[in-house]
Amino acid sequence: MPKGKDTALMSWKEVPFGCYILEPGNSVKFKTGDWRSFRPVLDKEKCIKCGQCYIMCPEPAYEQDEEGYYIVNLTYCKGCGICASVCPKGAITMVIEEV
Amino acid sequence: MLKELAKFKGFSAKNLPKEEPFAPGHRACQGCGEVLALRLALKALGMNVIAVSATGCMEIISSPFPYTSWRVPWIHIAFENAAAVASGVEAALKALKRKGRFPKNRRVDVVAFAGDGGTADIGLQALSGALERGHDFVYICLDNEAYMNTGVQRSGCTPYGAMTTTSPPGEKSIGQMTWKKNVPAIAAAHGIPYVATATPAFFLDLMNKVKKAALVNGPAYVHIYSPCPTGWGSKGEDSIRLARLAVETRIFPLYEVIEGKYYITRKVTKPKPVEEYLKLQRRFRHLTEEHIREIQQRVDAEYERLLRLAECL
Repeated sequence: MPKGKDTALMSWKEVPFGCYILEPGNSVKFKTGDWRSFRPVLDKEKCIKCGQCYIMCPEPAYEQDEEGYYIVNLTYCKGCGICASVCPKGAITMVIEEV
Repeated sequence: MLKELAKFKGFSAKNLPKEEPFAPGHRACQGCGEVLALRLALKALGMNVIAVSATGCMEIISSPFPYTSWRVPWIHIAFENAAAVASGVEAALKALKRKGRFPKNRRVDVVAFAGDGGTADIGLQALSGALERGHDFVYICLDNEAYMNTGVQRSGCTPYGAMTTTSPPGEKSIGQMTWKKNVPAIAAAHGIPYVATATPAFFLDLMNKVKKAALVNGPAYVHIYSPCPTGWGSKGEDSIRLARLAVETRIFPLYEVIEGKYYITRKVTKPKPVEEYLKLQRRFRHLTEEHIREIQQRVDAEYERLLRLAECL
């Protein structure tokens, strides 16, 4: 088997005309969560559901659950710590990621 | 006040749009303020938008080939012609509507994104031409104060005294020797209907300004200050704090120019000393007391000038 055939994302024969990307928003397949060295942990007792973490997240990795809490999606969270620094109640703490 | 903006009530924390035109999984650095500004701007504009993006950080991180983070039609173009391509797209939409091949009452906003290098240095003539011709588009400059994508080279928007790889401080130099180019003033001098400055720390202000820029008929320019932890040598979690401090120390005042009239959207009555903002960043580490005093004087004088403009005009 030629080298690179099974590791490459696509061969040159499959590249669409003009290198157009035909699937919008397909970067969700790329998991950026493994860049993380700190993980945000939410204390639901302190949370007032203001949504500051959600709106200030550059990813966006935060999503609202049924109860109204904003929960981080660890598949994409890069662990920058902006959510912990903007939280008005100090409900989010950054915990070192265990390997 | 413009009649297009009369009906616009503005976003509030309760009625934020739910859709995310910018998908996660992009490759921006941890704590990037620029991608946050981009995400908020797209959130305000919604899904009916055609985005034109010049070369720069936002193009590199959002579209490494088989992936794209954009859920809206997007075109990448060279460094210098973001405004020129946006005006072409707008003219094409107008022609398609005239020929009846596109629904006449469907509103599509054309928006151009570029960095500070693509706006203040390389793309300035294309921007000036597009503003002069009066195309109905929005130009958003995401200003992180240097060419961060290629490894922190100085640009026209780099502030005085900043260390970059092409303006290194030493015995004979204090880093960047010139003051920051005032691009919003250049855009306002074209007599366009809407010019604004914004920062992601005040997200509702940013989203309202971008939406207003899209609503006005004619060209609009929004200058967004976006912290860059990698290039500025600051902590990733401090991005929002820096963006807020830049406003509170009067370094980056928030204002809008509607039909030539200046409105200061966030008045800073008790400014913090600029030192508080400068000491959080490695690029200003070499500055002495004297340089900081010089920067403080300049910042005060610029703000004074802006206040007078808002009073007189």
